[in-house]
Amino acid sequence: MTSMSQANRPGTPTSRVRRPRSIVAALGLAPFSIYVVLFLALPTVLAVTSGLFDGKGHFTWNNFTALGDPVVLRTFWASLWLSLVTAAVGAILGAVVCYALIGVNPTRPIRVSVDAAAGVLAQFGGVMLAFVFIATMGRNSLINQWLTRIGINIYSSGMWLYDLPGLILPYIYFQVPLMVITFMPAMEGLKPQWAEANAALGGTRWTFWTRIGLPVLAPSFMASYLLLFANSFSAYATAAALASQGSQIVPLQIRAALTSETVLGRQNLAGALAAGMILVMIVVMTGYATIQRRAERWRS
Amino acid sequence: MTDEPLAMARQATSVVLESVTKDFGTNRVLKDLDLTVEAGEFVSLLGPSGCGKTTALRLIAGLEQVTAGIIRMDGVDVSRVPTNKRDIGMVFQAYSLFPHMTALQNTMFGLQMRKTPRVDAHRQGMEALELVGLADLAERYPHAMSGGQQQRIALARALVTSPKVLLLDEPLSALDAQVRLQLRVEVRRIQISLGITTVFVTHDQEEALAISDRVAVMNAGQIEQIGTPEELYLAPATPVVAAFVGMSSLVRAVAGDGVANAWGIAIPLIGNPPAGDCEIFVRPEHVRIAADGEPVIHATVETSTFLGSMRRTQVVTDDGQRLTLQHAAEQHLDVGASVNLTIVPVPVAVRE
Repeated sequence: MTSMSQANRPGTPTSRVRRPRSIVAALGLAPFSIYVVLFLALPTVLAVTSGLFDGKGHFTWNNFTALGDPVVLRTFWASLWLSLVTAAVGAILGAVVCYALIGVNPTRPIRVSVDAAAGVLAQFGGVMLAFVFIATMGRNSLINQWLTRIGINIYSSGMWLYDLPGLILPYIYFQVPLMVITFMPAMEGLKPQWAEANAALGGTRWTFWTRIGLPVLAPSFMASYLLLFANSFSAYATAAALASQGSQIVPLQIRAALTSETVLGRQNLAGALAAGMILVMIVVMTGYATIQRRAERWRS
Repeated sequence: MTDEPLAMARQATSVVLESVTKDFGTNRVLKDLDLTVEAGEFVSLLGPSGCGKTTALRLIAGLEQVTAGIIRMDGVDVSRVPTNKRDIGMVFQAYSLFPHMTALQNTMFGLQMRKTPRVDAHRQGMEALELVGLADLAERYPHAMSGGQQQRIALARALVTSPKVLLLDEPLSALDAQVRLQLRVEVRRIQISLGITTVFVTHDQEEALAISDRVAVMNAGQIEQIGTPEELYLAPATPVVAAFVGMSSLVRAVAGDGVANAWGIAIPLIGNPPAGDCEIFVRPEHVRIAADGEPVIHATVETSTFLGSMRRTQVVTDDGQRLTLQHAAEQHLDVGASVNLTIVPVPVAVRE
């Protein structure tokens, strides 16, 4: 009786009052949820499960067993290596850019320009970027011809631009601005009072960076590094445009499995390769989320 | 909380600012500022935003450099000494604890900068936390503490190195009212027990009057008046001080021969303002219901506010001036009621 009378008291929220609001909220979220299900969850499930069947639709472990093949392992290692290196270089260079910008007023033209350029260039990967590098550094580019005339042959040990090492520079091209975008808020979160408290307590600039600045920034730096790693690991278009021959990294190997005209009937191997990539990405993004949570706590 | 925090006490230091000027570009923020803080004294710099009080504090800390003038600590010129060599303790407005360190690690930081052996630093850090009553939060991180707790830890961190001077830059302003009251009493208690010379910046006059030995009221980069809270309240040297310290009503009067005449009441004047029409500052406690035979001001009650131990009532006089009076809570004055008031003839300041 008591609970009924309480529930009927004016102003007391009841399930009858709450339901329409929650339905409206759910409706608002519906387009995004449908989009995620159709274009992220469903393709992921289909890709992974396709690896469990052969070309005739029979269940098999063969595609996943093929992930242990030395060629596939080498490709995974190449993808990991490329991602680790370009993420490291991008993270360090990007952090240096952030450090240089931290004293600049956000409304100053230099800061506005760098912010805008970083926003655009972080999304500049793909065929355009590959063409930019071919046009500026390829065998017949102006720069290479000029270097050749003064006796420098950057391709003396082979056409590395169109192979795995050639991906490093273009990848760094979009990794540095991505680092600037993701790491700048953390740099701006360093409060001036921390530096002043350090000085008042007898600390130096060195002790500020070693004892306060860098430790506070470390989680954000690691989170940004993991984001850059994931960005490199999943990049396809730039590599596809530059390396038209061979399958140096996993995304190119998936392409080969799907479109190869010489080795037919290996589409389902692509599903197993995609599952391998998804596994790596899950590990990375879990790490990213964990570290980001800690960084946010310190920033609050 | 320990009552004998003598480990952190040291011989107190005097702080003197001599003709200190500070420019930011073309903007002169401090103009020939002179200030002497005696050893062991608690002095507040009080004033509105932009008056230069925080700049003055930052100059003492060495976080800004003087444009001209000298800052001395115990007679030694420290104007060009960097902050980390000045041996000061400082508490900021908020958010100054290092977020990746526990309360104890924060408190030990200054000792580690001084190469204090780890065991001693740990012991002294815990003593400092006991001093502010938060030893049980030693292992807690700042994000898991309330604003008041964080400021107490910041105070412990500032005091643990036994600094020559304690500088407090509006340390209570980000806290809610109740915590603010508690903490200001704590700050004063600790300052007295350690005998440390303290400079406190605030824009809250009640706070400054409540905890200071002396208060310097600043305006436009200069000190208008420095004195005990009683001196400032009872004998403001300038109209700015009269307006800023305590509550006043502005009343039209005619000045001459050291007195102001308002509604036929002769009120002594502070200083020697020119004769003629003027406006004087009248405190609410100096306006009261007139007794028989006293000169009378006829007025009508506009509002009356209950403040616990007293009431504050605003009236409008027959000639259209507004006066505020303070009276016993039991004495009810209804809105719209006619009242006969008088002004207690204590010295008042004239508005410039």
